Amino acid sequence: MNFRVVSALILRHLFLYIRSPMRLVELIFWPVVELLIWGYLTMFIQENTTGDFPRIITYLLGAMILWDVIFRAQQGVAISFLEDVWTRNLLNVFVAPVRTSEFLAATFGVGLLRILITVAVLSMMALALYSFNVFKLGWTLLPFFMNLMVSGWALGMISTALILRWGQAAESLAWAVPFFIQPLVAVFYPVSAIKPEWLQSVSLALPPTHVFEGMREVLSTGVFSWEKFGWAVGLNIVFMAIAGSIFAWMLTMTRKRGLLTKFATQ
Amino acid sequence: MSAPDSREVILEARALTREFDGVKALDAFSFKLHRGEVLGLLGANGAGKTTAMNCLLGLTLPSSGGLYAFGLELQKHRIEILRRANFSSAYTSLPGNLLVWQNLLVFARIYGVREPRKRIDELLEMMEISHLRKRVTGQLSAGESTRVNLCKAFLNKPELLMLDEPTASLDPDIADKVRKVVRRVQRDSNCAILYTSHNMKDIEEVCDRVIFLHKGKIVMEGTPMEIVERSEGASLEDVFIKIARDGEIVDAAAAKLAKEESV
Ligand SMILES: Nc1ncnc2c1ncn2[C@@H]1O[C@H](COP(=O)(O)OP(=O)(O)O)[C@@H](O)[C@H]1O
Ligand SMILES: [Mg+2]
Repeated sequence: MNFRVVSALILRHLFLYIRSPMRLVELIFWPVVELLIWGYLTMFIQENTTGDFPRIITYLLGAMILWDVIFRAQQGVAISFLEDVWTRNLLNVFVAPVRTSEFLAATFGVGLLRILITVAVLSMMALALYSFNVFKLGWTLLPFFMNLMVSGWALGMISTALILRWGQAAESLAWAVPFFIQPLVAVFYPVSAIKPEWLQSVSLALPPTHVFEGMREVLSTGVFSWEKFGWAVGLNIVFMAIAGSIFAWMLTMTRKRGLLTKFATQ
Repeated sequence: MSAPDSREVILEARALTREFDGVKALDAFSFKLHRGEVLGLLGANGAGKTTAMNCLLGLTLPSSGGLYAFGLELQKHRIEILRRANFSSAYTSLPGNLLVWQNLLVFARIYGVREPRKRIDELLEMMEISHLRKRVTGQLSAGESTRVNLCKAFLNKPELLMLDEPTASLDPDIADKVRKVVRRVQRDSNCAILYTSHNMKDIEEVCDRVIFLHKGKIVMEGTPMEIVERSEGASLEDVFIKIARDGEIVDAAAAKLAKEESV
């Protein structure tokens, strides 16, 4: 892994964001809309019911912000790749001395940058509008973020592999990849709410589930579960390995079929 | 055939074959490219030129055959080889939403060019496009964009350069400029160039040696002069048309000529 190559590939995206601020708008617009909807909804429910609602607000807003970490990381990876397809630059990169690992590392870097921007905006808004301080989660936020980001990277590689295999026709599918798992990773409700019960074991096999369960635990009891953290890290390693292999396999298949240049120059 | 070349072999294909759905886009294609040589790959649309180049760049895997650059096997030493090579094609472009200097800087860093800004200035000047430095890449004309692509291709002072139809879509004037600049940089740096084209002017002016491809097979090979001589005074253009329409006939003529020469 050559850091110079990785940073050069990231530099290309930095130039892109500096040159077209509209891209930054896209990073901020949807999360803000989401935040408003979830915020108003929880406030409305709170006013019209009695019970343990302040906590539920916290759950939902926290879950929403953390879910965006996965989503943004996945998008960062997929968009970095698609940006090269759209601008017919993919061949220039693939005939340059760039290893697959370096190419992927750069897309991960772009994912990280996108997360930082989105999360910063969301956290400030949540604090201002709903007095929800995401930093109440304290230092536990960092391991949560890291785990979710890595899950997002893995999903991003799978999205990219889909595009490599089925071309640009698969683009919309590629965007939807994180939402395939969203119902199962217990973002807004505990694993115990997932029915039928056998689906719960599927849920527990996905790394983000342990992060969201862990987040709720911190918010309700103040205790950070090292066990859940351990599960998330372990499963993420497995997921990265699987997603990375799928990507590498698709890349080889595309070379074998001679399609790399076909869809890179269309 | 011309006398054997004693210069170092930079690029070599041995019986390169590539099938697509049972059809051979390249059929036992073999050649050697020497240091400082410009080799033209000529042929009609669909002859297999791009397929050959893609295999040589590792973008497409061959069905069979061997590929070597700088004496190294391509698949095993791809990154090492690509560091010493570069590529430009009429069918790719640099990201249109970046400025020219930004694109060149990104690639200079990828290739690990020393003093990148100085090198970029040098190349822009050489291509006579210094004034385009701060322009948006996507808004350049075809001719300007071709020259920017060539700047990218020369960034790392490649010892091996592959150009896929660099003059396609250029008007005769710009095409002429591009040919001259390619030839000049090539002479200065003594790099080896594999140059595909279906433009006769390209071949006459730029290439030291030509390989005619037809349906993935070599049907004729030699210097532009030799080819014209062998075709009994017909122009390269005539030869091209004959090959494109009926590769087999010229094939036979070439075989006959080759036989005569070997006697
Ligand atoms: N990915 C592919 N799948 C199927 N056929 C292909 C593919 N790439 C090239 N071909 C076929 O291979 C032949 C050679 O194409 P190509 O190398 O692009 O020709 P040229 O560059 O000389 O015009 C053509 O018949 C083309 O249709
Ligand atoms: Mg071609």
